[in-house]
Amino acid sequence: MLVESPPESRAEVPSAPPSRRAIRAAGLLVAVAALAAVLVASIAIGARQLSLEQVWHGLFQATGTYGDTVVDDRLSRTLLGLLAGVALGLSGAVLQALTRNPLADPGLLGINAGASAAVVTAITYLGVTSLTGYVWFAFLGAAVVGALVWFLGGSRGATPVRLALAGTAITAALYGFVQAVMIMDDAALGKMRFWTVGSLNTATDLTIRQVWPFIAAGTLLALALARSLNAMAMGDDTAKALGAHLGRTRALAMLAATVLCGAATAACGPIMFVGLMVPHVVRSFTGPDLRWILPYAAVLSPVLLLGADVLGRVLARPAEVQVGIVTAVLGGPVFIFLVRRRRTTQL
Amino acid sequence: MKTAPNNGRRPAPGSRVLRTPGGLSLRLDVRALVVVVLLLVAAFTASVVLIGTGDFPIPAGDVVKTLLGDGEPGQEFIVEQLRLPRVLVGLLVGASLGLGGALFQSISRNPLGSPDVLGLSQGATAGALVVIVLMSGSARAVTVGALVGGLATGAAIYLLAWKRGVHGYRLVLVGIGVNAIAVAVNGYLITKADLVDAARAVVWMTGSLNGRGWEQVGPLSALCAVLVPLVLVNARGLRMMEMGDDLSNALGVRVERVRALLMVAAVLLTAAATAAAGPVSFVALTAPQLARRLTRSPGPNLVPSLCMGAALLVTADWVSQRAFGADQLPVGVVTGVIGGLYLLWLLVAERRAGRI
Repeated sequence: MLVESPPESRAEVPSAPPSRRAIRAAGLLVAVAALAAVLVASIAIGARQLSLEQVWHGLFQATGTYGDTVVDDRLSRTLLGLLAGVALGLSGAVLQALTRNPLADPGLLGINAGASAAVVTAITYLGVTSLTGYVWFAFLGAAVVGALVWFLGGSRGATPVRLALAGTAITAALYGFVQAVMIMDDAALGKMRFWTVGSLNTATDLTIRQVWPFIAAGTLLALALARSLNAMAMGDDTAKALGAHLGRTRALAMLAATVLCGAATAACGPIMFVGLMVPHVVRSFTGPDLRWILPYAAVLSPVLLLGADVLGRVLARPAEVQVGIVTAVLGGPVFIFLVRRRRTTQL
Repeated sequence: MKTAPNNGRRPAPGSRVLRTPGGLSLRLDVRALVVVVLLLVAAFTASVVLIGTGDFPIPAGDVVKTLLGDGEPGQEFIVEQLRLPRVLVGLLVGASLGLGGALFQSISRNPLGSPDVLGLSQGATAGALVVIVLMSGSARAVTVGALVGGLATGAAIYLLAWKRGVHGYRLVLVGIGVNAIAVAVNGYLITKADLVDAARAVVWMTGSLNGRGWEQVGPLSALCAVLVPLVLVNARGLRMMEMGDDLSNALGVRVERVRALLMVAAVLLTAAATAAAGPVSFVALTAPQLARRLTRSPGPNLVPSLCMGAALLVTADWVSQRAFGADQLPVGVVTGVIGGLYLLWLLVAERRAGRI
C-alpha cells in the first residue's frame, strides 16, 4: 500500500500560506490559457490549415464559406475532446485517490473496456443505435467491471500490481469478446474497428448535446468529493476520526468515476492513460490536496487529449492517427517510467 | 531401487522418495505423476476425437488404426495430410503456451502474470499485423513477423524492467505498459487496413488452427525438443525463487541467471506458439492454474502445466468445431471464454484466501 503524501503535505491542507495559494491560482490561470491555445489549435490544424482570421471568422461571423464549414466541423470534434478530456482526467484522479494507487487509470483498470464491451453488445445484439441509448450500457459495463476489478484486485488489500493485473486480465477477456463479435459480423467490424481504438472524429453536435449532461454531473460530483477524498488519503481510521463517511464517499467516488468514464467511452471509444498521466503531472506541482488536483486535472486533461488529437492529425496528414492510439503510445512509456522511478519498497 | 523405509525423515504427503544403494535419491510426487498420465490420456483421446471430427467423420477406432499405419487409403489421406498436422500444431501450441505460462507465472509470482497479460502475445500480434496489413505477406511471412515481434517485445520488457535485477512486480507492470502500447499499435494497423485485410487480421488475432499443416509442426516440435529439457533442468532454481530472491540467493541459486534463461525460454515458447496459431488467449493463463489445482502441489508444476495446455487447446478446438460448425469461430474464442470463466472463478474462490 502506498499513499502519495510527501511529509510537507501534512500541515498544508487547512493552513496553506496565502502566497502558495496565489501561486496555485496563477498556475490554474496559466493552465486555462494553455487550454484556450489548444482549443484554437485543434480548430485550426488539420488536413487543411486555417489561419487565425479564418478561425475567428468561422466562429463568430460565419457566412458559409468553405473555411467556415471546416471550422464548424472541427468545432464539434474539439468540444467533444474537451468534454472527454475533462471526464477522463477527473475519473483518473478520483480513481487514484479512491484506490490509493498512483497507477490507477480508467483504461488500465479495465473500466473503459467494460464500457466498450457493453456498448458493442448493445449496438450489435440489442439494436440500440443512439448515443443516449447506449450510454446507459456504458455506465453499466463500467460499473460492473469497476467492481470486478476492485474485488479481483483484493479490495482493501489491493496493491498497484494486483489492481493493474486484474484490470489488464479483464480487459483482455472483454476484448476477446469484442473481437469475436467483430469476426461473426462483418458489418460490425466495419463500424467498430474505428470506435474500438478511441477516436474523436465521429463527433457531431448531437453527440455533444447527448453526452454533456452526464459529464457535467460527474464533474460536479467529483469536485464536491474532494474534501472527503482528502480525508480518506490519510487512511481509514484517521478518516473516520475526522468525520468522513467511508462507505458513502467510496460509493459516490465510484459513481463519479463510472459516470465520467462511461460517458467518455460511449462518446469516443476507450482512451487510455489520459487519466494516469495528467494527475501525476498535476500532483508534482500542487501536492496531494485534491481540492487543487481535481480542477487542475480537469483543465489540463483536455490539453493533453486535444494535443494528442492534433498530433495524430499532423503525423498522418491528410489521414489521421486516432487519438486513443496516440495517448496509448505516449502514455505507455510514461507509465513504464513511473514504474521504474518508484523505489522497491513502495510497490 | 526400492521405496525408502520411513527412517525419521518423512517425505511430503503424497510423495515418495526413491533411493539407490549408491546414495542417489529422487523425490517422486505420486499425485503429480498420476495427473500427468491422466492429462496425457485426455490429450490423446481429444486428439483422436478431433481427428475424427469434420465434414467427413471417421470413427475413433479407424483413426487409431490409420495412425498405426493400416487404415484405408482414403481415410489415410484425410487423417495424415489434413487433420493430423492440425491436431499436432494444437498439441504443440498448447504445450508451449502451458509451459510458457507456468514459467511466467512463477517468475512474476502471480497467478495472473501470464504472457498474454504481459504483452508478449500482443507484441507478436503486432509483428504479424505489420506483415498482413503493410506488406500483404504470405502465411510464412506472417509467421516470421509474429516470431520477430514476440522476441522483440520480450527483449523490450526484460530490458525496461531491468534495474539492478528484474523483480517480479516491475516485470508485471512494465509488461502491462508494453501491452497497452502494443494493443494501440495493433488497433492502428487494423484501422489502416482495407476491410479484407482487416477481417484476415482479426481472425489471426483471435488465434486459429484453421489451415495449419506440417510446415508448422516441424519448427515448433524442434523448438520444443530443445527448450523443454532445458527448462526442466533449470526448474529446481525456479522452485526456490518462488520463496523470494534473497532466500534463494542464500540457498545457492544464481537468481538473475536462472531468471534470464527461463524468461528467454518462455518468450521463445510463447512467440513460437503465437507465430504458429496466433495469440490463442488465456491458455497460458489458465493451464498452469488448473494443473496446480489438480496436483495440489506447490512450486511451478511445469510438466503438468505443459500437458494441461496441450489437452486444453485440443479440447477447445474440438468444442469450437462442434459448437459453431466447421471453421466458423476460431479456437481462440473458446479459450477466451474459458479464460473469462477462470477469472470469475478466481474472483470467487481465491479472494478470501488472499492469494491473488
